[in-house]
Amino acid sequence: MLLRHTSKEVKVREGLTINPAKTCQPIGAMYAALGIHGCLPHSHGSQGCCSYHRSTLTRHYKEPVMAATSSFTEGASVFGGQANLLAAIDTIFAVYEPDIIAVHSTCLSETIGDDLQQMTKKAKDDGKIPEGKYVIYASTPSFIGSHVTGYANMVTGMATQFAESTGVKKSQFNIIAGWMEPSDMREIKRLAKVMGINIVLFPDTSDVLDAPQTGKHVFYPKGGTTVDELKSSGDSIASLALGSVSAEPAAIALEKKCKVPFETLDIPIGLSATDRFIMAISKVARVSVPEEVTTDRGRLVDVMCDMEQYLHGKRVALFGDPDQLLPLTEFLLDLNMKPVHIVSGTPGQRFEKQMRQLLDERSPATNFKSGLQADMFLLHQWMKNEPVDLLIGNTYGKYMARDEDIPFIRFGFPILDRIGHSYFPNIGYGGSLRLLEKILNAIMDRQDRDALEEKFELVM
Amino acid sequence: MMNDEKWCTCGACKTIGFQPRRGSIRVKGEEIPQQYFKGMAMEQIGILEGRERQVLEKNSDVAQADIACDTSSLSGSVSQRACVFCGSRVVLYPVADAIHLVHGPIGCAAYTWDIRGAVSSGPELHRLSFSTDLQEMDVIYGGEKKLYKSLIELIEQYKPKAAFIYSTCIVGLIGDDIEAVCKKVARETGIPVLPVHSEGFKGTKKDGYKAACHALMKLIGTGSTEDISKYSINILGEFNLAGEAWIIRQYYEKMGIEVVATLTGDGRIDAVRRAHGATLNVVQCSGSMTWLAKEMEEKYGIPYIRVSYFGIEDMSKSLYDVAVKFPDRPDIMEAAKQIVSEEVKTLYPSLQKFKKALTGKKAAIYVGGAFKTFSLIKALRSIGMSVVLAGSQTGNQDDYARLKEMCDEGTVIVDDSNPVELSKFILEKGADLLIGGVKERPIAFKLGIGFCDHNHERKIPLAGFIGMYNFALEVYQSVMSPVWQFAPRKGGSL
Repeated sequence: MLLRHTSKEVKVREGLTINPAKTCQPIGAMYAALGIHGCLPHSHGSQGCCSYHRSTLTRHYKEPVMAATSSFTEGASVFGGQANLLAAIDTIFAVYEPDIIAVHSTCLSETIGDDLQQMTKKAKDDGKIPEGKYVIYASTPSFIGSHVTGYANMVTGMATQFAESTGVKKSQFNIIAGWMEPSDMREIKRLAKVMGINIVLFPDTSDVLDAPQTGKHVFYPKGGTTVDELKSSGDSIASLALGSVSAEPAAIALEKKCKVPFETLDIPIGLSATDRFIMAISKVARVSVPEEVTTDRGRLVDVMCDMEQYLHGKRVALFGDPDQLLPLTEFLLDLNMKPVHIVSGTPGQRFEKQMRQLLDERSPATNFKSGLQADMFLLHQWMKNEPVDLLIGNTYGKYMARDEDIPFIRFGFPILDRIGHSYFPNIGYGGSLRLLEKILNAIMDRQDRDALEEKFELVM
Repeated sequence: MMNDEKWCTCGACKTIGFQPRRGSIRVKGEEIPQQYFKGMAMEQIGILEGRERQVLEKNSDVAQADIACDTSSLSGSVSQRACVFCGSRVVLYPVADAIHLVHGPIGCAAYTWDIRGAVSSGPELHRLSFSTDLQEMDVIYGGEKKLYKSLIELIEQYKPKAAFIYSTCIVGLIGDDIEAVCKKVARETGIPVLPVHSEGFKGTKKDGYKAACHALMKLIGTGSTEDISKYSINILGEFNLAGEAWIIRQYYEKMGIEVVATLTGDGRIDAVRRAHGATLNVVQCSGSMTWLAKEMEEKYGIPYIRVSYFGIEDMSKSLYDVAVKFPDRPDIMEAAKQIVSEEVKTLYPSLQKFKKALTGKKAAIYVGGAFKTFSLIKALRSIGMSVVLAGSQTGNQDDYARLKEMCDEGTVIVDDSNPVELSKFILEKGADLLIGGVKERPIAFKLGIGFCDHNHERKIPLAGFIGMYNFALEVYQSVMSPVWQFAPRKGGSL
């Protein structure tokens, strides 16, 4: 048993994190930047950071992930990384020819005090940015927040550095995507189309990280939000931010800069969150909900009713990122399941408050911790004390699932050992139905496996 | 603005949308006379400015300059390389009964959590992820206290045989005295607590190997060498990916040789501590462990030899080369011959099916260390394949000279390559297979060619005689897969 050392007794730890339920900011910024068309993410730090982020994203998507690095040396860390960044900008535009370079910092460049705003301005003043090309940036120190924070910071950078207000409103709405998969972003666009509204979705990694096999290695696949779309986001009627941690900061920035009003919603995972999403679109865009959507909803509710007997009272442990955990917990409660333990390595008072509120109302006994030392070791200890029937989380959950011999559903980031997440959505009514199917399969497969011969049922 | 003027004549550039540079070639701003590059690749291929000297197309008709290597990557390149920390982490990672604490923000620990299939026959502490998860306040006020507390908590919880503390970029900047903390904790807990100076920016991955070896050197010599046979070796630079060290160890043991320590595959602290008792060091993966072998030679007078366990030829040689070192025991050589003859007798016929199918197919190799490239070229030749691209992330001058000698005319040799170059050369040279690691895999598949992971993520042992069979099978399965019928291949159509 790989986790044989996990003790049942929970002791307060002051320094140590064991088996983290988060990673650092820059990878989030890199992922977000891949959602801009023609953009090459650039990591301003040591070579290893860029390499690790690319490897992790490659393992998660099974796709080539392109990003450049400032390749810091000892000299750069003494004298500052400006020379490296300026040289990098030259090299990148000359050789890799992106439309945009999206620079993010690292713990190293932040600690030595590199100012990306000043440096990118200098690059512009020195004429290093060709006509019609762009360099945007986001400050993403690894010692603050988590990968989700880095994602939010880069998305905010897109809003503040591209959005323009021409004074003439366009008949369109912004949907600011919280951290979700390419499949989910594709589904958001489909739903908007079905609802009959024009949207600017940013970032948008569909057709970037789920590109088809073509016999070519394309540096800049066809997907991604375009610069024109990003610019026009300042003229949109309103923004819908999906996720208070990963998307709302960009909406706030856009309101500040271009006076685009916004509403923050959960990522539409599960019935209730999708209901709110659809109703919000309906309200803000003054459109009625088309029958297609209502029918999709009806199908989801139908399965929820058909199968409720297999779900009630089932105990679940889950870990992951705030914007996914909130609607997922709500969905589990709607299914009459019991979220017993919830852990997120991402810190944040807002999330803490929202989750507490949900749990206080509907599941006060749930163990919940976020931030420092909210790691998988703690979750595993909790599971040893109060066992569960199902575990939901990213790939790293497989150790706990194996050791405790409990069904496991992969959900979140990263998923290194299965495919599907980039192709099939987990959001909207259809995506929630898929998630429900997975939950049912996990539970019912286990029931079949463990059933005594005389109780082994054909019809379930 | 897509006109044909923009593209070079190779055809491949246009396919992947890469615009080569024409005219003068500059290295670090200085114009280099064209004749200097005669026979180098950039006449046909576009390469990142400043990278010209790290790429070479073998041409025996002209005098060619040496390839430039051992340099840091250009700022702004999409390099496939990693950092110092990565180097240290991969070398020490397989030591299974020690804890590996990463002192820094969370990322470095998160990305290196159980990513290497270095298997252990017993404890598996190495597969967990431990971090001090440094926060902003720690960066301002220093992380020593947090490191101390973390270490005490860890050692109490896991009761390890030793602890390795990796310093990351930020620790090098905020000036934590990790030596002092380690000493204090070692004193209080009674186990070796070893700092690994692996700040990411302080060099290349190779410097990380050295930092790891430095930590190992502190352990070696602290154990008892009583009862160690005169006919004994250490296996260096073998990380037991997919259980490869077990295979190798078994061969040597069959020859009547005692294996004192494997560094670091299926590694144990107690074995490392008595490694100085061995008579000979047998070094694989030259990049990572030659430094340690040299240190041990200097300090303990243990000679070393360089070997490789990939392919029939090199695998056999690695047994003979060890046997030769024990001339007073002819039975050792006899046993080596016996093993080779038995293994080859079954292996050789089993390879013929693959050879028949693969003859004439072309391979591209881009791996971490150069030494592995040599073996792979030989192994591929033994199954009928030629090598059209050979490169590494960390090869040195000698490696590349030898590589050039080994390669066929026209083979492209690269140091520290990037995806643009790789895809371009693969297309231009018409490779059917790419051998590489995690970041190269999807590139091969997007181009519609086969792939074999010869890096951390390999799932089956590729070392030893059985490894050669596995390798041939994997290459065969991938190159000959029916899926390529449905995939547009090599930049073209179906």
